[in-house]
Parts: sequence; C-alpha cells; structure tokens
Amino acid sequence: MRSPKTISLLQHEIREGVLFLLPAMVLIFGITLFPILFTFVLSFTDTPLSNPSPQNFVGLSNYLSFLRSTQFWQAIWRTLYFTVVSVGVELLLGLGIALLIHARPPGWAFLRTSLIIPWAVPTIVNGALWRWIYNADYGALNGLLYSLGIIDKYRPWLTEPMRALNLVIVADIWHSVPFIALILQAALATLPLELDEAAAVDGANAWQRFWLIRLPLLRPAILVALVIRTVEAFRVFDIIYVITQGGPAFGTVTISYLTYLESFSYGHLGSGAALSFLITLFTLAMALIYVRLLYRPEVQG
Amino acid sequence: MKHWRRRLSTLLMMGLMGLVLLFIYAPIVWLVLSSISTRAELLAVPPHWIPQHPTLKNYRDILVPGTAVSEVARTFKVTLRNSFIVAASTTLICLVAGSLAGYALARLRLPFRNALFMSILGVRMVPEISLVVPLYILAARLALLNKPIVLIITYLSFALPFAIWMLSTFFESVPRELEDAALIDGSSRLGTLFRVVLPVAAPGIVSTALFTFLLAWDEFFFALIFTSTIAAKTVPVAIAEFTGRYAVDITAMMTGGVLAALPPVLLALVFQRYIVSGLSAGAIKG
Repeated sequence: MRSPKTISLLQHEIREGVLFLLPAMVLIFGITLFPILFTFVLSFTDTPLSNPSPQNFVGLSNYLSFLRSTQFWQAIWRTLYFTVVSVGVELLLGLGIALLIHARPPGWAFLRTSLIIPWAVPTIVNGALWRWIYNADYGALNGLLYSLGIIDKYRPWLTEPMRALNLVIVADIWHSVPFIALILQAALATLPLELDEAAAVDGANAWQRFWLIRLPLLRPAILVALVIRTVEAFRVFDIIYVITQGGPAFGTVTISYLTYLESFSYGHLGSGAALSFLITLFTLAMALIYVRLLYRPEVQG
Repeated sequence: MKHWRRRLSTLLMMGLMGLVLLFIYAPIVWLVLSSISTRAELLAVPPHWIPQHPTLKNYRDILVPGTAVSEVARTFKVTLRNSFIVAASTTLICLVAGSLAGYALARLRLPFRNALFMSILGVRMVPEISLVVPLYILAARLALLNKPIVLIITYLSFALPFAIWMLSTFFESVPRELEDAALIDGSSRLGTLFRVVLPVAAPGIVSTALFTFLLAWDEFFFALIFTSTIAAKTVPVAIAEFTGRYAVDITAMMTGGVLAALPPVLLALVFQRYIVSGLSAGAIKG
C-alpha cells in the first residue's frame, strides 16, 4: 500500500520527467517520426520531385516493380557484398590489432593513439584522399607500383566495376578498422586475466587460450561492434559518392545510392521512398538486435 | 630457449605493428605532402614523394584574410566557418536538451521509461535517407534551405538520440546520495541537475560533446541535399564538389582536406581518454 504522500511525490516526479523530456521529444518527433511516416505514405504514391506533395496513389506498385527490376537486385547484391567483405575484413583486422595492443609490445601506446587518426578523419576527406590515390594519371598508387617496377605504365584503377567496388572497400576499411580495434582493445583490457593465467599454468597454449577463453569473453563487444558496423555499411553512401559517383556503369551503386538516384536524379520520390523504407526496415531489425545486446537489465527501474 | 622464443615473438609483434602503422600513416602522410607540394612536383610521373620546393601557399590562401584567393581557397574559407557554426550549435543544443532528457530517463520514475529508452536507440539508427525527402519539402516551404539553421535542426535527428543515450549512461553512474542530499536541502530538480549532477558527470559531458561535434562535422548527406549555395555549404560538400571536377587544383583541394580533418583529429587526440572510454560505453560513430 502506498501512502498518499508517496503517490503525490511520484506524480510530482512524473510531471518533472515530462517537462524534462519535452524539448527533446518534440525535436525528435518533428525531425524523425513525422518524416518516417511521411516517407511511408510517399512510398505508395507516384510523386515527382518537381511537385513534391504526395499524389497519385499507386498502392504497392513501387514495391512490386523493384522485385522485377534487375537494377534493384544488383544494388542489393552489391550492398551485401560491400557489407560482408568490408565488415568481415574490418573485424578480423580490428581483432588482430586489439590483440596486438593487448600483448603490450614496446610502442603499443603509440599504436593505440595512431588508430584514432583514421577514425577521426571525416568520411568525405577519406574518400577524396583515396580517390586521389587511385587517380589514373597522377595517383600515388600508380606512382608507387611504377616506382617499385610492378607496373610499367600508369593504369586507370576505377574503370572496372568489381575492382572499383573493392577499392572503395579498401578506403572504408582504412577508416573503420580503428573503430573496431579501439572497442575491442578496451574490452580486452577489462577482461578478468585470472582465467587466462590459470589456463596458462595448466599448460594451455596461446592458441587454445585465445579460442577457449578470450574469444568467448569478447563475444559481447564483438557483437556490438559488428551490429554497428553492419548497419553503417548497409547504408553506405558518402564514400561512394566521392570516390566513384556510383560508376563505372553503375558498378558501385548500392541500395542507398540507388535511393538517392531514384529520388534526386530521376525525380521519382515515390519509388525512392519505397526503397528508403526497405533500408529503414533492415536497419530497425538490426537496431532491435543492438538494443538487446546493449540493454542492460539494471537500467530497468 | 624460452628466452629466445620471447624475443622472437616481441620482434614478430613489432614487425606487425610496423605494418599496421604503415597502413595508418601512408595515406595521411600523402594527404599532407600533397597539400604542401607544388603542382608540378605532384603531377610528375612518378610524383616527387619528398617535395623539393615545399610551400605553404595554399594554407596561406585559405587561412590569412585578404590574400588573393582562388575559388577553391575562398570556398574552403567560408565552408570551414559554416561547418564550425553548424557543428558547435548542434553540440550545444544536444547538451542542453540531451542533459534534461538523459537525466529524466536515468533518474526519474517514469511510466514507459524502458520503451522510451529503446525507441531513442532505434531512432538513432534510422538512416538519413528515409528522412530526407519530407525534411526537404518542409525546409523548402519554410524557406530554410541554404541556411545553416536547416542543418543544425536536421542534424539533431541523429545527434540528439545519441547524446541522450550517452548522457543517461553517465548520469546513472553519479552516486544517488549526492542528489538526495541536495534535494532534501530544498534544491529543485533542475537546480540539483545543474549544481550537483552535471559537475560530477563532467567527464561524460565532455565525452558526449566530443562525439556529437565529430558526428556533426562528419555529416554529408543532409548538407548535400539541403545546401547548394556557399551561404550554408559545409566543408564535406565543398570537398565532394571539387573532387568531381576534372581540372581542379589538387594541391588546394588536399589543403582543404587537411584543414577539414584537423579539428576532429586534434580534438580526438587531445581528448583521447574520453574517446576510448566513450567507445567502450557503447558510443557510436563510424
């Protein structure tokens, strides 16, 4: 049984809570929830960019036409390829670098500090820099390979679709490996070391200790890093916009890039909205996983 | 025997470290070298890796007021300023609104609190591309396109949920007894938040401010869609535009790149401790 006093205190607290939350909630509702609903409505219409108020309801036909569109399936395939390859390589390299730092060889602190630099370099600067490195006529990649005698004349690197996609992935890896390495080395630093030492005393070799003790303990941190990077990689846009502009021959058009083209180059806001809604669905599914990973029970009141 | 093995493994690790450092620094060094080379040396085949006539002309053109400037230098000068205005304002608003909301979520007994928590995390993940068309239509109707304010407002869509989440994590770790003492002494909630909780959570505030600033500084897509004139264009948009042009002055471009990278890189290096702790607190920046 609650006394009247605690009830009024609780009511008071709720009133305060609502007031405290109000500014943030109004902003968040106005700039995210309302636009999402609007986009959802748009996705059932055939609205042109030139006259952008929802009109010409067409039902599900935007969604259905994607299912028959090779451009759509190719973009999905490229997005999956980009996501799996870049996140996969980033995870492996990031884990390796984290373990390296954790072994504390001379100079480890310098390595950890250095990792912050590529992470902090803005995505667009990163893209512009790699595009310059890949430049067909004056690029550093050509210059380096030529100086080393590996190629005898300069080559265009971004003219073949699959290679262009892979080179974009390299630029993305340079930018994102540090993020994973920093998260994992922080997680490694908090692991209880007694287990590791006990296993070493019992004669487990380094390989066994890694697989049987460290990796299972690192699992939560790895999963968090994995979900965050997967969501980001799945909606990759900036770096492609700068390095290849979706080319050559649409060879690096991912699903986000296709959405951008549909909405702002072809001016089909309706089908652009349908595409962006599909991206949102995927992202929210990943967000659910993320919430379940991060959501610690002690937060609950 | 054991001694030798240890020495060998240290050597192996240092070799690996060397490779990682090479991978990290080679592009950075090339960016900086490109910005201080002359065009002739940079466009040689193969390029002069160490410039014989290094020059700071490009930096002077952008940074020193009144120097005769090229279009590239002029654009960078203005867009760097725009980026600062937008990122700083976004950070400020996020800290104020985010502290209030983050505190309420961390401390007050509210109905639907868990649901709110989760929806804030979910909102943080919504891709910009699903928001951009309605926001564009709204901004056009309100005549806000090409004004920094449109970026400040729309950046809140990802920065604010992020700030709320991060701040509430830090507020939770403030000892409750401190607050209770102040509340019993008759301090209001708001007074307690400002006089007791915020000072104790100062490292968390710094961390949140840092991440929010970096997120806003890095943003590209909204800026690309919402700004087309120099009045509000940010540095990433300027860089993307110049990269697309064929006959652009590459040394000036790379100077812009260095200057755009410098604020976030310096901030992150100076506040390294906060970055690493922020990342492990579940922070999100790609």
